[in-house]
Formats: sequence, C-alpha cells, structure tokens
Amino acid sequence: MSIASIQVGNKADVHYLLRIADACLILSQRLGEWCGHAPILEEDLALTNMALDLVGQARGLLTRAGQLDGQGHDEDQLAFLRDERQYLNPVLMELPNSASGNSRPGDFALTQVRNFGVATWLLLLWQGLEKSSDAEVAAIAAKAVKEASYHQQHAADWVVRLGDGTAESAAKAQAALALLWPYFNELFADDAVSAAAVAQGLGPAWSTLKPQWQAQVAEVLADAQLSRPKDSAYVPTGHLGIHSEHMGHLLAEMQYLQRAFPGGKW
Amino acid sequence: MSPTEVKELGCGRLEAAWEVLKQIPDPEVPVISLFELGIVRDLRETAAGLQVVLTPTYSGCPATELIQDDVRAALARFGEVEVILQRAPAWTTDWISEAGRAKLLAYGIAPPGRVLSDQPQPIRLVHRAALTQLACPRCGSAQTEKLSAFGSTACKALYRCLSCREPFEYFKPI
Repeated sequence: MSIASIQVGNKADVHYLLRIADACLILSQRLGEWCGHAPILEEDLALTNMALDLVGQARGLLTRAGQLDGQGHDEDQLAFLRDERQYLNPVLMELPNSASGNSRPGDFALTQVRNFGVATWLLLLWQGLEKSSDAEVAAIAAKAVKEASYHQQHAADWVVRLGDGTAESAAKAQAALALLWPYFNELFADDAVSAAAVAQGLGPAWSTLKPQWQAQVAEVLADAQLSRPKDSAYVPTGHLGIHSEHMGHLLAEMQYLQRAFPGGKW
Repeated sequence: MSPTEVKELGCGRLEAAWEVLKQIPDPEVPVISLFELGIVRDLRETAAGLQVVLTPTYSGCPATELIQDDVRAALARFGEVEVILQRAPAWTTDWISEAGRAKLLAYGIAPPGRVLSDQPQPIRLVHRAALTQLACPRCGSAQTEKLSAFGSTACKALYRCLSCREPFEYFKPI
C-alpha cells in the first residue's frame, strides 16, 4: 500500500457524508487527547468512551462514502490518507482542547461545552438521517441516535454542573461558550451539497436543525445559569475543506502511523 | 441420496452449527454467550457455506472484530463461514435473553432495565436520576449510587452499593 495522498471525487452525496463522518472523526481525535489526562478517572473513561462511539460512527459513514465515491477507498484510507483540504468537518471539531492551543493541560469546560453543542447537533442530525433514502446510512444513524443521546445527556450534566457550580467553574464555562459560539454557526450552513442531499433524500439540510438545537441549548444554558453569547455573522468553512491553523497539526499526529507504516493494521 | 435425505442432512448440519454458535462466549463478558446477548441474528446455509448474521452492539465496540474471528473459528469445522454485519434493526439491550440477564446478575453485573419508549426524553437529569434506582447484584440493596456513567467497556456504567459497599457494573439500556 502506498502512502500517497488520496483524493475523493466531487459527488455531492460523498461530500455530504464526509462532512458528517469527518465531524465525528476529528472530534474523536480531540477527545482521545484527554486519554490519561482528564481531571478525574471517571471523565477519562467517559471522554474516551465517547471518542470510541464517534470513531465507530465515522467508520460506518467513511465506508459508505468510499463506496459511493467509487474509487475503491476503504475507511482507513479515507481517514488517514487525505490531505487537509479534503477533510470536510466543521472547524469547531478541530479546535484544540484549550484556548491556548495546547491540548495539555486541556480546558475541561471547553471540552464539555463543545461536546454538548456537538452532541445536540449530532442527535438531531442522526434523527434526520434515520429517514435517509440510503439504507446503510439509515442503519448507521439508527444506532448512532442512541449513542448521541447518551453523549448529550452526559455533557449537559457537566455544562450545568460547571455553569451552576463555583464562581471559577462558571467563569470558565462562560468563557468557553463565548469562544465556541461563533463556530457553532457552521453546524447550520447550507449550500449546493446539502441541497443535493435533500433532493435525493439522503439527509436533512443542516439549517433545518437550528430551531431545535437552539431550543435544547437554551434549556440547558438556563439550567446552567449561563448567558447566551451574542450571535456572530462568522461562518467557518471547514465543510468546504478550508480549515483553521490547527487542522494540519491535528492531522500530523492522527496520520503519523499510517504514513510511517503504510497499510499497517492491528 | 434422495432429496429428502439431503434436506434432513442439511437440517442436521444447521442444527449442529446452531448448537456451536450458541456456546460462543462474549469476549468482554464471557459469562454470557453471543446468542444470549442477542447479537446473533441468523445462521443460514448458502451455496458457499454457512452464513452468520451479527448485529454490532455499539458503533465503536472494539470487540466487534474479535467476535467475528471467534465465530469463524468456532464454526470452522463446518467448512466455509461468512460473517455478515447487519446494522438494521439496531441492537438493543432488550434483545438480551432472560437466561442472559440471570447470568449477568449472578456474575455481579446488574442487567439492563427495559429501554424506554422512543419518545423524546428530557435532556436533563432529575427524571433520569429517578430511573436508575438499581438493586445491588450482590446483596440486593436498593441503596446504590452511580459512580461513573461510563465504565470498562462501552456497554457498562459503574455503580456502588451503599449497603455492602461493593462497586458493581451496570449494563446500560440502549
């Protein structure tokens, strides 16, 4: 097997699925960075368990995207052999685990606030994908709904615990929310790719998830006594393959083994 | 050999394979079999050999590959074996058999409660806390508390009994 980078084609259905697969894959990589470093053992287990669920969801979608792309690329090749511009995850997922840009020490509040926002989004998205015209995608979604629901509850508990906790935990949760808020915009971005997915019944346009997402987030922020930041017009462009400065560093670590030992398996 | 005899032989072979299949333990929780866990969906004979249909538990369960290998190895004496992973309908802990639940309990793992309806549940908490009043699998006390929502495997949470003070695992209902 070669270590040469691969490229996917321009089919809208492939891009639609890769956006979601990569969202799961890249957030999974960030959560994995907590392994051995979470503030308490229980959260070390929780964050890595959720990373495992996310990577499982990504595997299913990457495999399906590879089939639809029709170039014979399997899940591993798609996960490890694309270059940065070929990853289509929202920028939110690739942001480091702390505002300083370092993963260690990570910012626990930032991780929980992101997990809550993403799990709420993924839960709504999987619920839409359960009705996909693509039977394989619908089956992946039916399983993922249960997992995302558990992730959402877990992260929501933490957002409330931090927001309605000490002055320091509340300040950290509020700061994390302020930092992440503009990045959430990308979770509701539509374009020709989403229009094509809707037209063929593959999945929902992300913008249609927004009202429910806002309602569920508002409910938990109220419980947490956190205030909703002011909306921003900024829409990041990870879903188009244009990423932040953090993506290359993340990929360097994530792809290292496959680039060093091409085709390596365990 | 008459067609009837062939059919009977074929049935005997499938039944024998079923018996073997039913004995294969789950690699993570060996006290319970894959069959009792409810992930064996079908066993059938095709022109190419035996075909086993499994449904994975969690999307990212790392035991999935191991389970496929175990099934292939156990059925190898029957010739060619193909393992198919079928995602739909999604596995639920409701498919764990009564015998499987009893074995989990005897092993010290609290079996999953029934999965509640698909109706939307509150995102938070108070309601869910009330749902998880678990009895300790060792002493039966209802005085238990959750230590960790996630445990040693994707499918379990960690609890503690406040009466006998023993920690125990809970097979999460999904």
